[in-house]
Amino acid sequence: MDMSFTPEQIRFREEVRQWIEQAMPAPIRKKAQNGAHFEHEEQMEWHKTLYKKGWVAPHWPKEVGGTGWDATQRFIFNEELSRASAPPLSPFGLAMVGPLIIQFGTPEQKTRYLPKILAGEEVWCQGYSEPNSGSDLASLQLKAEKDGDNYVLNGQKTWTTHAQYADWIFVLCRTKFDGKQQEGITFLLCDVKNTPGITVKPFMTTGGTLAFSETWFENARVPQANRVGPENGGWTMAKALLGHERTTIAGVGEIRRYINLIKRIARDTKVGTGSLLEDPAFRARIAALEIRHRALMMANYRTLASAQLGRAPGPESSILKIVGSEIQQYCYELMMDAMGHNALGWFDSGEILPMHEQWVASQFNYLRATTIYGGSNEIQRNIIAKLILQLPGA
Amino acid sequence: MNFDLTDEQKMLVSAVGKFVKNESNVERFRKARTTAAVWDKAVWKKMGDNGWMGVAFSEADGGFGGSFVDAALILEQFGRGLVPEPYIASVILGGEAIASAGTKEQKEKFLAPMIEGATSLALAYAENQSRYNLNDCLTKAEKSGSGWKITGEKRWVLNGHAADQIVVAARTSGGQFDADGLSLFIVDGNAAGLERTAVSGMDGHKTGWLKLKGVEVGADRLLGGAGKALSVLERLVDRAAAAACAESQGCLQELFERTVLYLKQREQFGRPIGSFQVLQHRAADMFAQVELCKSMMILAAIKADETDETERKEQISAAKAYLTEGGWVVQKQAIQLHGGIGITDEQDAGLFFKRVRVLQGLFGDADHHISRFSKLASFERSLKSA
Ligand SMILES: Cc1cc2nc3c(=O)[nH]c(=O)nc-3n(C[C@H](O)[C@H](O)[C@H](O)COP(=O)(O)OP(=O)(O)OC[C@H]3O[C@@H](n4cnc5c(N)ncnc54)[C@H](O)[C@@H]3O)c2cc1C
Ligand SMILES: Cc1cc2nc3c(=O)[nH]c(=O)nc-3n(C[C@H](O)[C@H](O)[C@H](O)COP(=O)(O)OP(=O)(O)OC[C@H]3O[C@@H](n4cnc5c(N)ncnc54)[C@H](O)[C@@H]3O)c2cc1C
Repeated sequence: MDMSFTPEQIRFREEVRQWIEQAMPAPIRKKAQNGAHFEHEEQMEWHKTLYKKGWVAPHWPKEVGGTGWDATQRFIFNEELSRASAPPLSPFGLAMVGPLIIQFGTPEQKTRYLPKILAGEEVWCQGYSEPNSGSDLASLQLKAEKDGDNYVLNGQKTWTTHAQYADWIFVLCRTKFDGKQQEGITFLLCDVKNTPGITVKPFMTTGGTLAFSETWFENARVPQANRVGPENGGWTMAKALLGHERTTIAGVGEIRRYINLIKRIARDTKVGTGSLLEDPAFRARIAALEIRHRALMMANYRTLASAQLGRAPGPESSILKIVGSEIQQYCYELMMDAMGHNALGWFDSGEILPMHEQWVASQFNYLRATTIYGGSNEIQRNIIAKLILQLPGA
Repeated sequence: MNFDLTDEQKMLVSAVGKFVKNESNVERFRKARTTAAVWDKAVWKKMGDNGWMGVAFSEADGGFGGSFVDAALILEQFGRGLVPEPYIASVILGGEAIASAGTKEQKEKFLAPMIEGATSLALAYAENQSRYNLNDCLTKAEKSGSGWKITGEKRWVLNGHAADQIVVAARTSGGQFDADGLSLFIVDGNAAGLERTAVSGMDGHKTGWLKLKGVEVGADRLLGGAGKALSVLERLVDRAAAAACAESQGCLQELFERTVLYLKQREQFGRPIGSFQVLQHRAADMFAQVELCKSMMILAAIKADETDETERKEQISAAKAYLTEGGWVVQKQAIQLHGGIGITDEQDAGLFFKRVRVLQGLFGDADHHISRFSKLASFERSLKSA
């Protein structure tokens, strides 16, 4: 066993660090230093900066725009991004549908979609959940009926994150109505902006932002050429994609950013003649959090090392999702505690608080979602119990 | 021991409960959120007419001579409907400040109209650097003619944006952290030199940020003796902490009941989600915590009238800290068990979640109260005699 980095890897880290430092646009750097909330446009600006350097999709194969880095290099790269508090990129194209098209798409689909995902020219969102199909995803009802070269879609998706910004949505729809639910699902790519009959209605979240939407389909015609994989073969792909999704949701890098933010807030918070960082009880809470994060990071290292040896990601993705999402929530709980009375404010009273504190209460509320989305933690535990521990069903 | 309510208390709970159900449900709060003050003077007047502001004040002060428990029972019901009127700010803090330290004239002038619901009050003590330390005060009051001139800044003043009169804590002597030298003044909401900004809170309420730029007040507006206000403030804020426990309890009870109902209604995998054992256990854990929180809220309400200072501080700190520990189980499971809908603003669970979190952060958070508890003489003694 060995955890050390080679001299080349250390040089690589240095190169990445220096590049990030000079490449990050000034307004984004200011926000990053303050640990502030990034708007969609800022995410996309950073996306394009990385794209120009050729570093936007290190996890993609080199032939379709990846970097050809090994798992350790990718890991170092991600660590440096979180160290610089860089804006997290929208995952729907890069981390979800992109890898899926690479794996299951036709050559035409690869040429049509991948370059635009890479360039950040087309923004994607994920249409899985429906009002009555959340945890029970296989019960989904969005109807897709064949008509000539098209499918005609009728039904509704919900909780579609960032649908209001999206150019494209990937949906799971029902193409077969009898037999086993899982065997009648098809994976389709739909042009949100140019397909008559698709409407998006944003929802207000408890965080006070419009993060997700209801997406309606009324006789929306989608070419059969937009189907990924075989008809009625969507479930396999849905599951493959969720594997990609869950690893990002663990948010090891995000947590690093959050811990930095906690330290900054505690340092800036006056208590008596000193700062909150000098309060032994509060220091101990930050230290304990660091230790939890280290455990998550080590588990993540082991997953990566295993992936580097060519083994498929196994149960780790569910474990990392459960633990990572809970730590993310705890980070914001601790930030709220650190801020005292100032935590009780809302971002629309902005300027009265330092920039990095303005969004804490909003995020504290929104992050309750980390244990719900991407398959709730209860569902993850069910997966572990059933598939890994092979416990009998009730 | 007897924890039963008296017949009068039962009537009070039933009357306030009916009001919440019929006239001040969550829908009213949703509409109030979009208004400038976030609460309604006409409703406040009605509460005054019903006698709800006066329950815990003595008859001599224009009240009904009840106990703090009566006020807590009202607040618990208010919590169930997210009633936005400034009961804690005006009755428990501002009103009690005047009742406990005021002269007969001050009570007639400032307390009586509030009890009737004609005016509202506030207490301004927190400053940017003060966190939960009541003796950390930079606001100063200097002699000026026969009266005083007050200069400084106060933050997160509940009802500070709308109150007719604001009781302000200021130093008349001593340094930033001294126990002695604090005084209270009744400042008119429209006083020259007073700037107030309405700041949004996470819970949808508004609070006032006050700048006092040499606000002149007459000698008749000094509340109690000069320089001796710390123990008065401590008592007021402890009572407000007990009040926050009561309101939180109402919110938690409501969150819990609504969650159990949702578990019975929402279906996934062809059955109500409440049939999954893991969720049944969560509901059982929530129930246990609701009951423990309720018990601690009762303890705090009883001890709010306690004259032994250490006993009052010890029990109220214990309750305030527990309402965070137990409350958090209820709050976070309520959102989790609602799934995606729990993250939307249109579902009520989030509103209760936020209100409880704000109440947890007011009047000393759990860290503060655990720390205070651990330093009290009673706990010290228990360590030595163990
Ligand atoms: C902020 C946010 C963003 C999202 N973004 C997207 C998106 O972009 N695209 C998309 O398709 N979806 C998205 N979702 C939807 C998300 O995947 C679902 O919310 C999630 O799968 C849960 O479904 P549900 O909300 O219907 O809850 P339900 O399935 O109704 O679950 C309610 C509760 O019951 C529990 N439960 C359900 N079944 C079981 C069981 N068998 N055993 C034990 N417990 C159970 C759940 O864990 C949860 O606690 C998002 C959700 C949120 C909150
Ligand atoms: C120190 C000690 C003293 C005792 N003294 C006495 C005594 O004086 N007289 C006497 O008669 N008995 C006594 N008991 C026995 C005790 O009552 C049993 O151990 C207890 O009822 C659990 O039964 P079990 O040990 O067979 O565990 P099991 O019933 O096999 O349970 C194993 C685990 O499964 C869980 N479990 C079981 N069913 C369910 C379910 N439906 N849902 C969820 N979880 C479930 C249990 O909670 C437990 O965690 C004693 C036990 C101990 C440890």
